[in-house]
Amino acid sequence: MAKYLLKRVLYMFLTLFIIASLTFFLMKIIPGTPFASANKLGPAQMEIMKAKYGLDQPVPVQYAKYIGNLLRGDLGISFQFNNTPVTDLMLKRLGPSMQLGAQAMLLGTIVGIVLGIFAAIRQNTWVDYSSTFIAVLGKSIPNFVFAGLLQYFVGVKLGWFPVLFWRGFEYTIMPTIALSMLPIAIAARFMRTEMIEVLGSDYIMLAKAKGASFFEIAFKHALRNALIPLVTVLGPLAISLMTGSLVVEKIFAIPGLGEQFVKSITVNDYPVIMGTTILFAALFVVIILVVDILYGIIDPRIRLSGGSK
Amino acid sequence: MENILEVKDLNISFHTFAGEVKAIRGVNFELKKGETLAIVGESGSGKSVTTKAIMRLLPPGNSQIKQGEILFEGKDLTKLSDRQMQKIRGQDISMIFQDPMTSLNPTMTVGKQIMEPLIKHQNMSKSAARERAVQLLKLVGIPKPELRVKQYPHQFSGGMRQRVVIAIALACNPKVLIADEPTTALDVTIQAQILELMKDLQQKIDTSIIFITHDLGVVANVADRVAVMYGGKIVEIGTVDEVFYNPQHPYTWGLISSMPSLDAKDGELYAIPGTPPDLLHPPKGDAFAPRNEYAMQIDLEEQPPMFKVSDTHYAATWLLHPDAPKVEPPEAVKSRMRKFMGMK
Repeated sequence: MAKYLLKRVLYMFLTLFIIASLTFFLMKIIPGTPFASANKLGPAQMEIMKAKYGLDQPVPVQYAKYIGNLLRGDLGISFQFNNTPVTDLMLKRLGPSMQLGAQAMLLGTIVGIVLGIFAAIRQNTWVDYSSTFIAVLGKSIPNFVFAGLLQYFVGVKLGWFPVLFWRGFEYTIMPTIALSMLPIAIAARFMRTEMIEVLGSDYIMLAKAKGASFFEIAFKHALRNALIPLVTVLGPLAISLMTGSLVVEKIFAIPGLGEQFVKSITVNDYPVIMGTTILFAALFVVIILVVDILYGIIDPRIRLSGGSK
Repeated sequence: MENILEVKDLNISFHTFAGEVKAIRGVNFELKKGETLAIVGESGSGKSVTTKAIMRLLPPGNSQIKQGEILFEGKDLTKLSDRQMQKIRGQDISMIFQDPMTSLNPTMTVGKQIMEPLIKHQNMSKSAARERAVQLLKLVGIPKPELRVKQYPHQFSGGMRQRVVIAIALACNPKVLIADEPTTALDVTIQAQILELMKDLQQKIDTSIIFITHDLGVVANVADRVAVMYGGKIVEIGTVDEVFYNPQHPYTWGLISSMPSLDAKDGELYAIPGTPPDLLHPPKGDAFAPRNEYAMQIDLEEQPPMFKVSDTHYAATWLLHPDAPKVEPPEAVKSRMRKFMGMK
């Protein structure tokens, strides 16, 4: 197991290195400069500015320099936010996004799994139909519509939760609910399909023949077997939620990563683009490893063996 | 001997989009204490449905017990609540399924799966149940049981898994054990071992067995009595000797003729012509009549009652009516009967 993990971590760094390199060269192809008033600058001033940020050097040299800094953990300095180090900038913004994403994921998966299980157990009854209805809504209505509706009805009309800003747990509740609609929908649908299949299997029949009760069958025997496909789809979903949802963050005025990433691309803020991409990629490879480990915990047949062969 | 289980006039239907499928049409039999009753018949004859009905394991949505009683120690199982039934399953009546490769939960250790009924029905503590699980694994002939209880089903071979399934079924010393084709999915050498094991265990814990199979060789090996099912009915029932040496129903003749035999001279294996009846539209007369070369006009018009051959032997064929012409079983059956006699 330790050997396997070590191997996986090495591969993760290799993956990150390749992603960082590709992004670096792709980013250099984007036309334009990082300077806000580029067309007002004369050629000479432009040269000075470029030299200041090291942009006058050939691309391979810039690349070597960037990778060198990266290995030392230095992501450079942002062009757009008053020369703040990218690391500080991201850490400050990562917190809210991660917290929101994790909360939405947790809420969404639990509610979705429960809905899915009940839909499967009570197949073709009103329970099943309502679960399907909720899932269709969650999947087809964009989360910013939920965000707006929540703000208006729950925030303004009922006044239960604050409508805007990021100042404590109660500020996270409405954005969490808005973001959790998609995981609820996905988890409920996957869970229903998989549970129906598992509930029809021979070992469930045997569990019934042993005298197991309804709930023992659903939660002790069927749930674990039905989780595998769900884990596969929820991994990537978790990443997209945790790296920030641009629109929902904007609607609730939350200082998250999503907004920053999009903005940095439009203004050619090279260090921030690089930093955010590497961060997203790193999250991605970590989540994939977590998913692989989860598979093993859920299903002993795919338990990771040390170095195999 | 005392009856532990009695099935009386059982009628079961499945509701499908096409209409009502009358899968079981008036089945009667009883199971005595300590005996093994084999139920034979081809696929779709209602063997499994009958036994699943006893366990109340039929899908609740589309199946329905239309009529009849299933008396276990005098209690009608069809009238029990789900909760009462859960107490009987695994405790008094347990079941072994056909395919050991799929009948164990892949994400639960074998030990836990054996312990489950012990903890549930016998209020054993976890450690006591674990000890008993090790004992049970030893009883069913699994080497290194202390190590094996901690393993998962995928670490067992097919034959070993079926032993585990048997251990689960026997965990609470059930009064009735239903074995639904327990050897069908196993290769022949393992089949023999599992049959030996079941016979051996039956004596040790003194249970009654309903053994479903379509392998007549297995029947001769394990059963005391045989019920032959066709088209949702029992067409012949009797002791093994009676059904094998003195079969009365043409369908039983067909089954016996289609057993492979080493010394059959014709070189070709007999197959009963035609297909089983469509129980969506059950036939008016004897369900076997269209495939029966001995069928008479009355077979098509009226269902035959159970005619008594001896105190223990009954068959539902009009050939047994006093007015029917005398018909000899076909040569293939007679040659096999002689062979059975010789083996005895």
